[in-house]
Formats: sequence, structure tokens, C-alpha cells
Amino acid sequence: MSETAMSDRSPRPLVEIRDLRMHFPIHAGVLRRRVGAVRAVDGVSFDIHEGETLGLVGESGCGKSTCGRAILRLYDITSGSIRIEGDEIGTLGQDALRPRRPRMQMVFQDPQASLNPRMTVARIIGEPLDEHTTLSRAEKRDRIYELMDAVGLNRNFANRYPHQFSGGQRQRIGIARALALNPKFIVCDEPIAALDVSIQAQVVNLLEDLQDRFGLTYLFISHDLSMVRHIADRVAVMYLGRVVELAPRDSLYGAPLHPYTQALLSAVPEPDPDLEASRRHIILKGDVPSPANPPEGCNFCTRCPQAMPICHRIDPEMREPRPGHFAACHLHDPDHIPTAGSTAANDQPQQGE
Amino acid sequence: MTDAPMIETMEIARPPRNQWLDVWDQFRSHRGALLGAAFFAVILAAVFLGPLIWQIDPTYIDIRARNQGPSLAHPFGTDQLGRDTLARMLAGGQVSLAVGLTAMGLSLVLGTLIGVLAGYFRRLDGALMRLTDLFLALPLLPLLLVIIMLFRDALRSAFGPEGGIFVLIVFVIGITSWMQTARIVRGDVLALKEQEFVLAARSIGTPSRRMITRHILPNVLSPIMVSATLGIASAIITESALSFLGLGFPSDFPTWGRLLFDSTDYLQQYPERVIWPGLAISLTVLSVNYMGDGLRDALDPRIRGR
Repeated sequence: MSETAMSDRSPRPLVEIRDLRMHFPIHAGVLRRRVGAVRAVDGVSFDIHEGETLGLVGESGCGKSTCGRAILRLYDITSGSIRIEGDEIGTLGQDALRPRRPRMQMVFQDPQASLNPRMTVARIIGEPLDEHTTLSRAEKRDRIYELMDAVGLNRNFANRYPHQFSGGQRQRIGIARALALNPKFIVCDEPIAALDVSIQAQVVNLLEDLQDRFGLTYLFISHDLSMVRHIADRVAVMYLGRVVELAPRDSLYGAPLHPYTQALLSAVPEPDPDLEASRRHIILKGDVPSPANPPEGCNFCTRCPQAMPICHRIDPEMREPRPGHFAACHLHDPDHIPTAGSTAANDQPQQGE
Repeated sequence: MTDAPMIETMEIARPPRNQWLDVWDQFRSHRGALLGAAFFAVILAAVFLGPLIWQIDPTYIDIRARNQGPSLAHPFGTDQLGRDTLARMLAGGQVSLAVGLTAMGLSLVLGTLIGVLAGYFRRLDGALMRLTDLFLALPLLPLLLVIIMLFRDALRSAFGPEGGIFVLIVFVIGITSWMQTARIVRGDVLALKEQEFVLAARSIGTPSRRMITRHILPNVLSPIMVSATLGIASAIITESALSFLGLGFPSDFPTWGRLLFDSTDYLQQYPERVIWPGLAISLTVLSVNYMGDGLRDALDPRIRGR
């Protein structure tokens, strides 16, 4: 998106997520008793404003995809509130959700797996129309052709099967299906992760183009930081089921506040070899803790280069150190600002470039 | 390249072609399937239309012509009571094929239903699979004996002697052979359910019943086909075993299985008597197998057009 102006405080959020939790129970033992839960998403809150793209980044296994699917209620969430256009959908049953489905759609990660191999393109794109509209056969066909035009697929391909297409074309089919019911909000779950680099750009450009034409709102889930920088207006960083930092794109990429974000961004390669040589990489040690047994205090405290004693005891709350820039870290809590010369000073990376 | 505009073939876009035409095209190109279908058609025609031409009564006893080898008067020979083997083969084929096809259909429907329900609905899974295990663990022969003993007379009076036995045998074979299908189908459904296209359908709001008919069933067609073709064979064999035990059709009522078992006593003297029904059963099963193979390929768009 070229306009970043709308990033901060648009009139009203289209999507409001409050304290979303998605825990998957673990059963073990002879009696299959419940012995715990994988806290895939553990208390996530954010807003998405109309017409913007919110990027959701994080390493694999941090709960990004689960979060996206939970927002669309593909899962029965453990707790929390999901409002779309002020309409609470977090607690609705699947039957009550059905009439609300057209407003929110999803583009999936694996374009091979997300298309039924036994259906033609026309039937795949037409499935939402079959479910939610009463168009005649001819009207449906016209709408399918219209959608195929919109995503740049040749109309003659309508009778073909998914396996006859390349990855990029399949992803276009998936996008056309998501667009069929004129949704307002689309969750893009790593839509480019399974594609070639050259095709990635095409698909991302297509998504941006469609956003401009139809006024779509995206939740763009990805682990590709440079792609998110390109497409997103605001970015949320997830770690172990929580959002650790949420900020407008430029603010986040320019001056990340959370140590995890700093580490993530330092891993993005720099094209200029001189800069690259002089740049400080923050290498995180150890592994991500198990989401079934997250550490006490801050989730990141086990790997944080700047961890303080308090981090191991108290879970930091989301604060707003800069307007519109949120971070959940004790380093930015006025009560716990580390004193000069503490452990943090050694590894403190430069903020900004 | 992905979106390079295709070479100028901007003809008026054709309306979607009927999928069954594609299926038929592919089926036609499968030589084995075509041969199998042709052969099966020949067997069906012979069995159901043959008695109109070969008008010897299969139960007519000509004691002076017993134990004859093949001749012009009796192309397949005669049995120990002088009954014409060809006529008995044709009459027996009607029953065996009818039993095989209907029992297979019943066990297929039952197995698919239970497999899909158990795989798709988590809450039903435990109960239905324990039921399947129960049926698998039951000693089948005693069970068949009990069922037949209990219900034979009631059914005989309701449908007549032969009709009653037919219903009973089809039912008994059907409800004791669905377990393999159910297990295979359940396994496939469990895997399919986690595929992203099922998730995509859920995000569209497709209700469960259409999810099953539109996305699940077409994709578990291959294992169902395979167990169907194998099921015909085992149904024919089970029927003959039941007849052999004296629980199936009356002993003078010919079926392929019956003929096979009757002739085993004379295996050393007259081996050709075993060969005729054995050949009929194997060829039927083989042709059905090839047909199923071709149909499975034809219904899979990934294989189609290769």
C-alpha cells in the first residue's frame, strides 16, 4: 500500500480482537485424561481498521496461523472476543456463523492442498456462490468468469482441474474463491510462502491491486519480514502465542522496541555489503519454549538478551511507549527502566539505523 | 509464466463441460476396463438371456445320461444325476451374480456410511469404531448359523422359499462384511478432514452434509472402489460356503458356489465339473476388478488425460 496515512487511528476498527485464546487440549494416559493444553494463541488483542493491511509476523510455531483461523472461527475458540463490524462472533455456533461467513474469507498457505483435486476451477470458485446465493446457472457462470478476470486467469481454464495449474495460478484460484462473496475482510495465511520468489511478487501485487479495487481489509500472516514491510500498514509481532509488539510499519521497522523484534529484524539480510558487514546481528540462543508449558513471567525471558529479574516473575503488559506503537516489555515500563550499566547495556543494539 | 496472457485464443468461453463426459472418455481409453466391461456384459447377457435359448430345465434329472463329458447335447457335460451342467451354470449364475452384487452394495453402503460418520464426526468415532471391532471379533460362522436359524422361516413365509433365502443371504453377507470398508474409509476421511480444502469449505460456511458429499466422498472413492470389486468375489464365495453348510439355498437349487462344492466330490474322476463354476467365478471377479480399476482412474482427474 502506498498510503500509510490511514495507518494509525482510522474512524473505527473493522475487526476487534480482545484477549483471544486458543488452547488445544493434550490428552494422555490410558484414560485419555486431559493433562494440559497447548496454548497456541494466548491472549491476543488487536484492532484492524477498515482498508488497512495488518501484517502478522513471527517464527514458525508461534501461533500466527492458528490466530488467523481462530479469528475466522474455523476453530471453537477457548475464550476471548472477536468483533467484526461490531458484531460479536467469538461465541456464536457454526450455524449462526454461516450467514456472517461472506463478510470474512481466507486465502490459504498451500495452494495445492487448499483446492479440492476433484473439482473444476469453475466449481471451486462457484462453491461460495452455491452456498450463499440463489443465482441462476448463467448468472453464476458470469460471476465466475468475472472473478477469473479479476485475478488474471484465462476464462478458458474454467473446466480444468487444480493439478493442471502452476502454484501461482492455483493461488489465484484460491483468491478468486475468497473474493466470490464480496468479503470485507480477508485473512491471508502465508499466501506466498509456498510460491517461487518471482511468483510471490505477482501474487502480492495482485492482492494489493484487489485491495485498492474492492476496498478490502487484510490480515496478512507471514514470516517474510521484507514482504510484510512491502504490503502492511501496521505490523504485529507474535512470539509464543502472544503479540509482543504492534506498531505502524515504519515505526516498527525503523525503531523496534521489543528485544524479540530487534532480533528478528537483525536477521533480515541487508543488500549493501558494507552495511551488512558492519551490522550487528542479534543471535538468539536456545529454542522456543513449548507452548504447552510457557515460562513464568515474560514468554521471551528464556531467550531475551536483555532479561531482568522481574522478567522471570511478572508478565509484562502491553504499553504504548510511543503513540500508536505498542510493546509488551518491562524495558519500556517506567517503573522498571533498567539502570545504566546493568546486564542490558552489553547487548543493547542500536535502535534505528 | 503464470499470468502471461495465453496466445490469442479469446474465443467465446465455452460453458463448463459435463464432467461425466470426461469420465466416459477416460474410461474408454482404459483397455482393461473396456475389456472387463465387455466381458461382464457378456456374462450378464448369457446368464439372464441364455436360458431363453438353452431351454433345458436345470432341475430335469436324466439318470441314464449321468456323468457324461462334454458333447453336442450337453456342451458342459452332465452331473451325477444327469442334469445338464450348462443349464445349471446359467441358472446358478443368475443367483450368484444377484447375491454378489446386492450383498456387495449393501456392505459398501454400510461400510462407507459408518466409515464417513466415524471419521468426520469426532463424537461418533469411538462408538462406531468399537462397533466395528465388535463385528470383526465376532466368530462369523456361528453368527451366520444363528441368524439363519432364527429368521429363515419368518422370511420364507414372507418372500417365498427362494426369495426369503435370497433376502436372508444378502442381508447376512452384507452386515458381516462391511468392517474392512469402514476402517479404510475412516482412515482416509481422518486424513482428508485435515486438508486445507476442507478448511476452506468450512470458511465458506459449507454445512457438514454437503461437506461430506462434495469434498469427502469423491476423494475416498478409490478405496471404496477397490473394496467393492473385491467384495463381489467374497460375497459369491460366502454364499457358496453357506449353501455348502446347508444353510443357504436348497440343495437342488443351483448356484455357482453350490455347483463348485457338489463337484469337489468328483474332483478326481471329472475335474471339468469343478472348472466350469470356478472359471465363471474367477472371470466375473476379474472383469469386475478391471472395471473398478478403470472407473477409479476415470473418476480421478489427476490421472485422467494421461
